[in-house]
Amino acid sequence: MNMNLLLAGFGGQGILFTGKVVAYAGMLDGKEISWLPSYGPEMRGGTANCSVCVSDSPIGSPLVTAPDVLIAMNLPSLEKFESAVVPNGLIMVDSSIVDEKVKRNDVRAVYLPATRLAADSGLKGMANMVMAGRLYKETDFCSDASFKEGIKKSVPARKQELLDKNLAAVEIGLKSGE
Amino acid sequence: MPEKVLMKGNEALAEAAIMAGCRHFFGYPITPQTELAAHMSKRMPKVGGVYLQAESEVAAVNMVLGASAAGVRAMTSSSSPGISLKSEGLSYLAGSDLPALIVNVQRAGPGLGGIQPSQADYWQATRASGHGDFKMLVFAPSTVQEMIDLVADAFSLGDEYRMPAMILSDGLLGQMMEPVVMDDTKRTEVPERPWAVSGHGNKREHNIVNSLYIDPPNLEAILKERYEKYERIKEKEQRCEEYRTDDAEIVLVAYGASARISRSAVDAARKEGIKAGLIRPITLWPYPEKAISSRMATAKAFLCVEMSTGQMVDDVRLIVNGKRPVSFYGRTGGMIPTPAEVLNEIKKMNGGI
Repeated sequence: MNMNLLLAGFGGQGILFTGKVVAYAGMLDGKEISWLPSYGPEMRGGTANCSVCVSDSPIGSPLVTAPDVLIAMNLPSLEKFESAVVPNGLIMVDSSIVDEKVKRNDVRAVYLPATRLAADSGLKGMANMVMAGRLYKETDFCSDASFKEGIKKSVPARKQELLDKNLAAVEIGLKSGE
Repeated sequence: MPEKVLMKGNEALAEAAIMAGCRHFFGYPITPQTELAAHMSKRMPKVGGVYLQAESEVAAVNMVLGASAAGVRAMTSSSSPGISLKSEGLSYLAGSDLPALIVNVQRAGPGLGGIQPSQADYWQATRASGHGDFKMLVFAPSTVQEMIDLVADAFSLGDEYRMPAMILSDGLLGQMMEPVVMDDTKRTEVPERPWAVSGHGNKREHNIVNSLYIDPPNLEAILKERYEKYERIKEKEQRCEEYRTDDAEIVLVAYGASARISRSAVDAARKEGIKAGLIRPITLWPYPEKAISSRMATAKAFLCVEMSTGQMVDDVRLIVNGKRPVSFYGRTGGMIPTPAEVLNEIKKMNGGI
């Protein structure tokens, strides 16, 4: 399983954190991985994005320019990166924030109202982990055990009280679309 | 075996320096290097070290000079515009035969340039880090793990040869996370520094650390001796990694982040039946001249790939000396070349061979 993932959204939506979860999960499965954030002023209230590569062989460029999977958490991200996705790739959209539909018909599109689903369950601000749950369901990019462990490793020690909430948000994503 | 953890390049550099026994860090914040200083500010107090944010880059590098003269392992870090400010101090360090580690997490220039990754400080690092005749050891990691390993080498070789050493990184390597192993067993010992100005206790002659030599014949003799040392280093310390070069007709030469991209392009070219390979310099000074020279046996042409308008390509041309064509492909200003772009260059060359 090789996956080049591009996560994009507003600063504060947990874009970089979600990328870290994917990276840790891949690493625990024994894969080569890389994680590269956008940095600088564009992160302050603007768009944040994060490239994650999960691969069986050593990773060349950590910058994902042709993603297999795009997770778009806001409209500017969808508009900016839709055309970059590889043919037969996957685009996941937070449809509670983005009204537009994916225009291409050579990719698979998944619409998930992650922000609303998270808020409805008292997990405001955890739309990113709802998306992560659905990503796992759609792509099987790692083993179940590594996915859970990846989340544990990504939540800092001083914020362990948030672990259960993260796991609950992931469950929402896993159960969505049924 | 310690477990694998995910670490940013900048944090790995900082942690590796602590593991190598560095307890004195002097810096000044600048993107995309800031995580290194931030990590030091958290960790140094916990290991009994000094983290000091100076009032400027010039102050920081001179604090490194003072600390090194006093006999401790010291370092500073910055990004391109900040390294220019430190260049006076680098020259004084070299002129005083002092070891120190300087990290440059390169961003685009000239001037304030931009904050995205770049490799446009190659000439500065290898040719003109400051005024006067001098060299620094220059290491170019291309993975986060290699950053950790090279920090230890930069410190110990700097001590062995009594000269400053630079890690030439860039914003891409500094900001990215990869799995790394912090192998504690590789912890290096800080050697004795009998030349340090740390107090003679009336038991020996006093030491002098100085770069001022008013008498020209005396200064010329000192410089000649220093350049003899540089020749020994050139003989002994050249390092590079070769990838699929055994039968390579088109030999790419790239370091750091560009080498990662070139490696992907080499694999893609091989899939199309083109005999491509990669020489990745790990030391930029001393430059791996021997490896490039001996590769001329199979190479029909060389392609240098950089995130600049073409700097390291000069060194390749000096070695190849007109015996083979040397092409260049680069992106600059914070743009990162893609493997597809590099593959396209390889194909163009293949058609022309």
